[in-house]
Amino acid sequence: MSAAADIAAPRAGFFSRLGAAPRVALIVLALIVLVTALSPWLATHDPKAMDATARLQGMSAAHPLGTDNFGRDLYSRVLIGGRVSLVIGVSAAIVSVLIGLAIGMVAGFFRTADGIIMRVMDALMAIPAILLAIALVALNGPSIGSVIAAITIPEIPRVVRLVRSVVLSAREEPYVEAAIALGSSMPKVLTRHLVPNTLAPLIVQGTYILASAILTEAILSFLGAGVSTETPTWGNIMAEGRMFFRLKPELILWPGLVLSACILSVNLLGDAARDMLDPRLKKRTG
Amino acid sequence: MHRETDYSGQPEVLAIRGLTVRVEGAPAAAPPILDSIDLTIRRGETLCLVGESGSGKSVTSLATMGLLPAGLKVTGGSIKLEGEELLTKSHGEMRALRAARVAMVFQEPMTALNPVLRVGDQILEVLELHGRGGAGAREKARDLLDQVHLPNIDRIMRSYPHELSGGQRQRIMIAMALILDPALLIADEPTTALDVTTQKQILSLIDELKHKHGTAVLFITHDMGVVAEIADTVQVMRHGKLVEAGSIRQILRAPTQGYTRDLLTAVPSLTPRHARCVEDGREGAPLAVENLGKVYGARGWFARGEGVAAARNVSFRLGAGRTLGIVGESGSGKSTVARCVMRLIDPTSGRIMLDKADIAQLSRAQLRPHRKAIQVVFQDPYRSLNPRWTVAESLIEGPVNYGTPRAEALAEARRLLGVVGLPEDAMERYPHMFSGGQRQRIAIARAVAMKPDVLVADEAVSALDVSVQAQVLDLLDDLQKRLGIAILFITHDLRVAAQICDDVMVMQKGEVVEYGPATDVLAAPKHAYTRALIDAAPGRGWDFQNFREMAASA
Repeated sequence: MSAAADIAAPRAGFFSRLGAAPRVALIVLALIVLVTALSPWLATHDPKAMDATARLQGMSAAHPLGTDNFGRDLYSRVLIGGRVSLVIGVSAAIVSVLIGLAIGMVAGFFRTADGIIMRVMDALMAIPAILLAIALVALNGPSIGSVIAAITIPEIPRVVRLVRSVVLSAREEPYVEAAIALGSSMPKVLTRHLVPNTLAPLIVQGTYILASAILTEAILSFLGAGVSTETPTWGNIMAEGRMFFRLKPELILWPGLVLSACILSVNLLGDAARDMLDPRLKKRTG
Repeated sequence: MHRETDYSGQPEVLAIRGLTVRVEGAPAAAPPILDSIDLTIRRGETLCLVGESGSGKSVTSLATMGLLPAGLKVTGGSIKLEGEELLTKSHGEMRALRAARVAMVFQEPMTALNPVLRVGDQILEVLELHGRGGAGAREKARDLLDQVHLPNIDRIMRSYPHELSGGQRQRIMIAMALILDPALLIADEPTTALDVTTQKQILSLIDELKHKHGTAVLFITHDMGVVAEIADTVQVMRHGKLVEAGSIRQILRAPTQGYTRDLLTAVPSLTPRHARCVEDGREGAPLAVENLGKVYGARGWFARGEGVAAARNVSFRLGAGRTLGIVGESGSGKSTVARCVMRLIDPTSGRIMLDKADIAQLSRAQLRPHRKAIQVVFQDPYRSLNPRWTVAESLIEGPVNYGTPRAEALAEARRLLGVVGLPEDAMERYPHMFSGGQRQRIAIARAVAMKPDVLVADEAVSALDVSVQAQVLDLLDDLQKRLGIAILFITHDLRVAAQICDDVMVMQKGEVVEYGPATDVLAAPKHAYTRALIDAAPGRGWDFQNFREMAASA
């Protein structure tokens, strides 16, 4: 009976079934995405244009959030920087989920591959994610692509473990065995019967990766191992601003505030998705 | 076990009058979950509450314990325990009452015991919670464990639940239930998860302790055989209503209600059917297994020693249009054999001849053309269909795999739904919209859609109510007559085996102990284990279909 609701419900009124906090999160996130997507038109200045006469200014009509130590417009930099941060976060989430899904499927379904794959994943997990990311960026040079790769690779083992555990329990389901008996090929069993089982946990895991990737990008930039300061991101705007923190804390405050709001919203939505996709939790709440 | 004891002189222990339970917030017109149930149990009496799933028998017991799940509410009637009204009691009062005056034994002892505590401590905890801890507690616990006939009590008290067998765990549950000498013991399907031989022991244990302690027993079961073994009085329930009540003899000999008669006639007889004439002359057998063996854990990097043999030297032949039953208790290796034959697991040794080709050692790719010829129906109808697929998608999966055009497969699927007795509009519906029996019909249709030579039915009717079970067995029989399919029927239930099988193979601990025509094996068993199994079949003293006791029981 409840299974009926599980299948039909997510399409019917997603927004109306959200709690108050996730609703606010959804609105905030939508605003951030919209504004950063439209940043080329919303920005008032070229984010790279320096102006030696207007260094470290406060808020004014010309510079809504003031300027940094090179006289660049902070408002424009935060807007444009959000684009790169979000692109990095979303790409890292998608790529790590896709790669992790593929590897996890193989590990979960083929017993012979399982041992080797999981030991490699254990080894990857044993290296601290930030150190691994710094090493990878150092190896490939600081481009957006290498930053995405550097953030993605440490996330993959977590996805693999998740997918593998779902596949391990789902492959014992009689309907999967029946499909094998019906002569369905391995790829078909995997994609048609097993992948759908992994979607719910993966959506949730994806939102966590998205949030942590934006954060990791900021950390890498902050440490000077991220995207070069030519391209503004929330991380490197803050990294540059830290030298003038005592003089002008807004340089860190504004990008930091947007970054926090973004990550908080994504995490709240992830939690809401988890509750909504977990039939047991749903039964309890109504 | 035909008691003639009259309990009418004994004091009433539990008296339920007009008990009505409704779903909270449901419209007044909706039928209640329980509709004015009356029930009386006297001291020393065992009352069996019988019914199929959804009949409300468990709700009755939970209401008595004050443990109704959230969303259900008692809206009328009274429940009196030794003259004391229970419905008006607070949660705290009910908590003090439970275990002390009403105790309960559940179906699954593994989940009812705490897996991380030693069982001895769990028993002592019951005493402590009710203020009877201290010096005498350990002695009291040992005494009870002795009464439930557990050997080596010191070792048992130090064990964790997983170190004990299902039967031992259920004995511990019974000891825990009786340790405070409750007036009423509620047993909710306490033997359903156990093997027949263990079930027999547990039933006689409950009976013995009831006599010793004078406890009133409310015994909930779906199994008429068990009823015949243990009941003094019987109440039959259906859709939350009481259908019929009476002494065990009245109910079994002269049921007045149609539903009670249906329930009784649906119990498969233990008398085996006669094997159909053998047509082995034509083309030999579609399935022949020779010296099949499956060893777990012998290979691998860290494996030590021999591994565990789940099946050893299993050989049989299954002719077209015939049914072979593999019978055994849990751990006998019967499912291992079925899964090896299906090649869902790889056998360690032996040959599996499917239409004259040995499929025992074929690779996945090599197996594909042979898969068509052998299909399976599983036990659990709730898990054997992909919940995300419509029935139509499930039904055409196999034929489409083997190149049947989609439209043709759909037309065939529609026809098959008719054959298994489901309406055509079932095609576009999802599995959760069907009952267990209907889903099992869909699973059978899915298997038959492949036009297999062999159908493996792995406990295919074990999860179903008796009346549904009978219908599904009829369907299998009918399909077999029409299509000449050979059926390999895996079951733990001798009654079912007797009804459907031409040949029977009895397995124990991975080995075949007896194999032959059903009439020989079940009517004149040669092996001691087969005899023990038949002896343990509940209700074997009764001929349920004809409402009488067995003539001279063998």
